[in-house]
Amino acid sequence: MPSSRTSIIGSRTSADAGTGRTTVPVPILRHAAAVAWKDLRVELRSREIVYTTGFFACLLVVIFSFTFSRNEAVVVASTPGMLWVAIAFAGTVALARAFDREREGDTMRALLLSPAPRLAVFFGKTLGITVLVLAVAAVVVPLLVLLLQSPLFYQPLPLVIALALGAFGFALVGSVFAAMLLRVRSRDVLLPVVLYPILVPLFIAGTKATAEMLPPVPNLDAAWYWIQFLGVYDAVFLGISLWTFESLVIE
Amino acid sequence: MKRTLVPILAALAAVGLVYTLWGVFVVTPMDIELFFSQKIFYYHVPNWFVLFTAVVVAGISSLLYLKKRAPRYDDVATAAAELAVLFGAMGLITGSIWARAAWNAWWVWEPRLVTSLLIWLIMVGYVLVRRFGGTGAERLAAGLAVFGMVDIPLIYVGVNQGDRHPQAKVVKQLDEGTMKLFFWLSVLTYFLIFAALLLTRIQAIRAERELRVIHERGLDAGLLES
Repeated sequence: MPSSRTSIIGSRTSADAGTGRTTVPVPILRHAAAVAWKDLRVELRSREIVYTTGFFACLLVVIFSFTFSRNEAVVVASTPGMLWVAIAFAGTVALARAFDREREGDTMRALLLSPAPRLAVFFGKTLGITVLVLAVAAVVVPLLVLLLQSPLFYQPLPLVIALALGAFGFALVGSVFAAMLLRVRSRDVLLPVVLYPILVPLFIAGTKATAEMLPPVPNLDAAWYWIQFLGVYDAVFLGISLWTFESLVIE
Repeated sequence: MKRTLVPILAALAAVGLVYTLWGVFVVTPMDIELFFSQKIFYYHVPNWFVLFTAVVVAGISSLLYLKKRAPRYDDVATAAAELAVLFGAMGLITGSIWARAAWNAWWVWEPRLVTSLLIWLIMVGYVLVRRFGGTGAERLAAGLAVFGMVDIPLIYVGVNQGDRHPQAKVVKQLDEGTMKLFFWLSVLTYFLIFAALLLTRIQAIRAERELRVIHERGLDAGLLES
């Protein structure tokens, strides 16, 4: 059984389970895709995280509509911020729940014992969280457009790119810290405590990029500048995660 | 050498404090724009120098701890992070006092203040993780320090391009010779204080850790009752 599974995943160094190094880079992506697909399939069957965090995001939008001023222009101008705050909060809840699920089923040990290199397991979880965060955004943006008359769809392409880069950055940094938190006490409150200060540049860039896309006069140069900033942020933290990963999340 | 180093640093720092105190109030001239309230500058800005130094020390020693797994780097990182919280808090408080006196607002969303605030918050997170995280928390805290250190330029660029508060004033460059002299003396004094506190704290943390290790060994050997 194990050998047939190994050949399906395509690892060429099946004896290398402990060191996490493969001779060919392609299998890492395939391992990561397998882990991500596993996460998404579990999620699609129960739909637990999608329903609960999706509903949480809706409630956030409702609360935001009460807590800002009655002046409609002010509310519309605040909708980029509302979008990214909703991503921050709902994303953190989804992240915590996704890693809790691993701990409850004790599947973390099974994943780490598999022939997949640890980096691939980590990437797989990151991709899974990215999809969940994008699902949250897919719920929040239409809600903001419908309930608060927000013109977020004025420039759809930059918006989608900004959300994709922002979700990936959030998932990357979040997965690193959530994985480290698996063995730590006071896990629930410490995740936002350690995550949000590091993520501030991501949220600044995301909010500014989204705000620059809005009518009456969208400033697309500024929007693309902030999207590039998001790209740089993702690249920097991808690099630093790859470099310190082995020492951070080793069991 | 180790035993006398900290008292020497502390004595030098005390001399420095007294000398700069005299210098700031007696020798340096009154600032043209801000008058007397500018004098807090000599005690406010060195806090930020020490904060950034402490953050870099914590970040680099956390990186060394992660790569080499030697606990002594973790001691240095913990001590540096605690001092970063201390000096950052002093910087924020003195900054608020100065902002109230100079701009009539306790807090201003000016880029450098916000950058310093965010870095301070990362260090507060580090201290909270170490305090309440239990036994598995060293690696998490080390990761936080490394990520935080890498994040500093990103925070600075992100905040700088953002909106500037309309009243924000850039800190004036010092033009008078004596102002420059006493400013840099004050910076030196703060670094001496930082060094003395850091070395003392590292010794204390190391002693605590070694005591814990010996306690564990005693429990394992059945010589101690838990």
